[in-house]
Amino acid sequence: MSLLRPPNRAGAAAAVPRSGLALLEERRRQIVVAHEAGAIECDRKSAAGGVSQRACVFCGSRVVLYPVADALHLVHGPIGCAAYTWDIRGALSSGPQLHRLSFSTDLREREVIYGGEASLAHALDTLIPAHKPQAAFVYATCIVGLIGDDVEAVCRRASETHGIPVIPVSAPGFAGTKKTGYAAACDALARLVGTGDTAGISPLSINVLGEFNLAGEAWEIRRWYETIGLQVVATITGDGRVNDIRRCHGAALNIVQCSGSMTRLAQHMKERYGIPFIHVSYVGLEDTAEALYAVARHFGDEPMLARARDLVRAETAAVLPELRRLKPRLRGKTAAIYAGGAFKAISLVRSLRALGMRTVLAGSQTGSPDDYVELRRLCDPDTIIVDDLTAPELVRFLSTHRCDLLVGGVKERPVAYKLGVAFCDHNHERKHALNGFAGMAAFAREVDASVNSPVWSLIPRRNIP
Amino acid sequence: MLLRHTTDEATRRTALTVNPAKTCQPIGAMYAALGVHRCLPHSHGSQGCCSYHRSQLTRHYKEPVMAATSSFTEGSAVFGGQSNLLQAIDTIFATYEPDVIAVHTTCLSETIGDDLVQIVAKARTEGRIPEGKDVFFANTPSYQGSHITGFAKMVKSMVDHFAQPSERPAPRLALFPGWVEPADMREMRRLAALLGQDVIMAPDTSGVLDAGMEAEPSFYPAGGTTMAELRALGSCRASLASGPSASSLAVQALEGKTGTRYETVELPIGLSATDRWIEALRRASGMPDVPAHVRWERARLVDMLCDMQQYLYGRSVALWGDPDQLVSLVEFCIDMGMRPRYVVTGSSSRSFEERLAAVVAGRCPEMRVASGHTADMLLLHQWIKQAKVDLLIGGTHGKYIARDESIPLVRHGFPILDRVGHQYFPTVGYAGGMRLVEQILNAFLEVKDATCPEESFELVM
Repeated sequence: MSLLRPPNRAGAAAAVPRSGLALLEERRRQIVVAHEAGAIECDRKSAAGGVSQRACVFCGSRVVLYPVADALHLVHGPIGCAAYTWDIRGALSSGPQLHRLSFSTDLREREVIYGGEASLAHALDTLIPAHKPQAAFVYATCIVGLIGDDVEAVCRRASETHGIPVIPVSAPGFAGTKKTGYAAACDALARLVGTGDTAGISPLSINVLGEFNLAGEAWEIRRWYETIGLQVVATITGDGRVNDIRRCHGAALNIVQCSGSMTRLAQHMKERYGIPFIHVSYVGLEDTAEALYAVARHFGDEPMLARARDLVRAETAAVLPELRRLKPRLRGKTAAIYAGGAFKAISLVRSLRALGMRTVLAGSQTGSPDDYVELRRLCDPDTIIVDDLTAPELVRFLSTHRCDLLVGGVKERPVAYKLGVAFCDHNHERKHALNGFAGMAAFAREVDASVNSPVWSLIPRRNIP
Repeated sequence: MLLRHTTDEATRRTALTVNPAKTCQPIGAMYAALGVHRCLPHSHGSQGCCSYHRSQLTRHYKEPVMAATSSFTEGSAVFGGQSNLLQAIDTIFATYEPDVIAVHTTCLSETIGDDLVQIVAKARTEGRIPEGKDVFFANTPSYQGSHITGFAKMVKSMVDHFAQPSERPAPRLALFPGWVEPADMREMRRLAALLGQDVIMAPDTSGVLDAGMEAEPSFYPAGGTTMAELRALGSCRASLASGPSASSLAVQALEGKTGTRYETVELPIGLSATDRWIEALRRASGMPDVPAHVRWERARLVDMLCDMQQYLYGRSVALWGDPDQLVSLVEFCIDMGMRPRYVVTGSSSRSFEERLAAVVAGRCPEMRVASGHTADMLLLHQWIKQAKVDLLIGGTHGKYIARDESIPLVRHGFPILDRVGHQYFPTVGYAGGMRLVEQILNAFLEVKDATCPEESFELVM
């Protein structure tokens, strides 16, 4: 099979760096060895003809806004974009479930020729009275701009008619990367922020940004912060509510996880409302503990810091026996990581190390230059670092390197299994909360269950050098 | 109650789809192309399309799904996607080494007016397609048709591009399976072999999307119709379309190109439709009788239906999914004594309601049918609110209705995101019919055991 051996075309040898993974000449500088010299290239569009694992602008906007549970999410475009994003991410809501339905203007050829504004207006006029959402997001997909729809105007009219914010989200798939979509989502949220009443918000208050409540993780995070004495004004966007977002500019501090998606909103709120923000991660015990301490330190509140220490001590003590039981079973195993954002990859390297595992490949879809500097510093000297890893590169890597586990998302899972490699979904198809203290134990259990499953011994073994 | 908003009032909607019972053309084109041996499907549009299709197919098949994308930028949207596609063709042949690339378009590339005929011809004349390799394409804008038409168009383009007329037709049958599961395609091949009929099946995703574990896994699994077989479609003595919606375009194109006569039958799901499909194969093979092994399979299905009729008779059912599957499933339900009350597909097809009427033959006057634009899962739920049914048959997206209304759900069709089995166990043919009866029956019995009062909880069915 051609992908298991280096490319044999003329001149290709020079195109293969020491990692031996790059199949596309254009991608040569997007793959580096952690402690070797030379910057990694990132933040660029995928090459045409690549089997990239990345998505698009629309996807970026949809994943960020989707968990706002009492908003109407209307996809304006042909049916596919709504069909493929129908309730596929386990972003849980404690109340309304409106976000889990799929609404589309389902544009047909007639609208492509004559315009889709009437269809959009009809859809909004039908849906808003029927579902009484607190706000509506209208996602304009690839062809909406091309056929000349003035989505902004239709939304403005609908907003006046129905008395709720109707917010256009400019999300043509081609107009950038998934990160561009994150920005569009942040801009849409920014139109809500500042429109609500901030009365009664405590000076010891925060917003939790970049947490999407997969498997109920936001509930856990909210519990910690409330336990140490903070008021959580809004979780953005996990288990999100429009009215919380509208008044969240009354909070004293923004806490940003998933930096790639939400830093823009935090930055906006800092400039506009003077709200400072800090970056945190809830992946792994150390990072989670630090996420609590950092907030307490920010407020300079000794009793709060003491409560944080108590909480960390209790939560850690509760999971340590489980981690002690599992660690010997995982010690010395190797892992490859392919995450959406590089910030998560960084946390995962730490978590796996805490379990005694070594990361042999770490990649992300959307990492920034700064993220990669930090990731490379943290990794072992010979860890391979990849931006926008393609599926064939992943196949080649797993075929030629000894690797016990892949941590990734939907499309990566069967690739790993086919090559006899265990897998953990740390993306939106996670079935247990993997963040935080109990999440660390759940993560270790999932990794153990897959890595140490007897099924891998049933496969005829390949010879990996 | 996840669907707490649904009321029993089916309001008229001119343009708005809520919880679709279809998706867009390109994913069908991608699925069809995966059934060609060593073919890399290529999505000519934004990166997200390709990613969404691969994810959805991965969730359904639990297999790696490889496809490339033109990764449109703002520049491509303004100046056209020609340079992206030309570059993609170079890149794909140089690095992924497929035998063939199957390009499909998207709403974006069609709206900006990319001319695939011209671009692929340019690639050919500029020598970008290596000797012995090939590129073919289908126009599949997302604002026309549905995933089924996308599949049908890609299969048609296999015929248009590859099939060569022949002076001396071989005693082979060109068998177009339609959009069915890999296991169904394998079962069709097995039945054809039992009938002594040599076939070329196009496409054939068995061995691609249900590939086993091997010591040296391949980027291109062993299955799929080869280019040589696609060329030889034109030398087949006859062709058979299994299901008009997915396969009519291909058999008509084949006749137009090579004069190959064709027959179109419904998908062989259930007893009657399988009878007709088997009979069509028998005629094609020239065998005087259906062989005993096939007759015995049929006899076992009929035996099972007779043994179990008391549990099935009069039970009402709602079905949704794709036209070809629905026509045969409805007929099968009626054959076994059930009452198909609601039938919904988001795919529109002029002949769909006529075909349904033909198989129902007046046996189920209460049946309500909706197809095409705005025929969606919301409408189906509104109908169910008006009058409940005993069973749901369709893809995973029906599970919200199943839960809210406490109705058992038998999963069939595309997509199935939350269960396993559809890839591996066929529902076509007589044996497939038995599997369907088993699933339907067990669904009823599980509900009974779980919900009946203690005094009527029985050991024996």
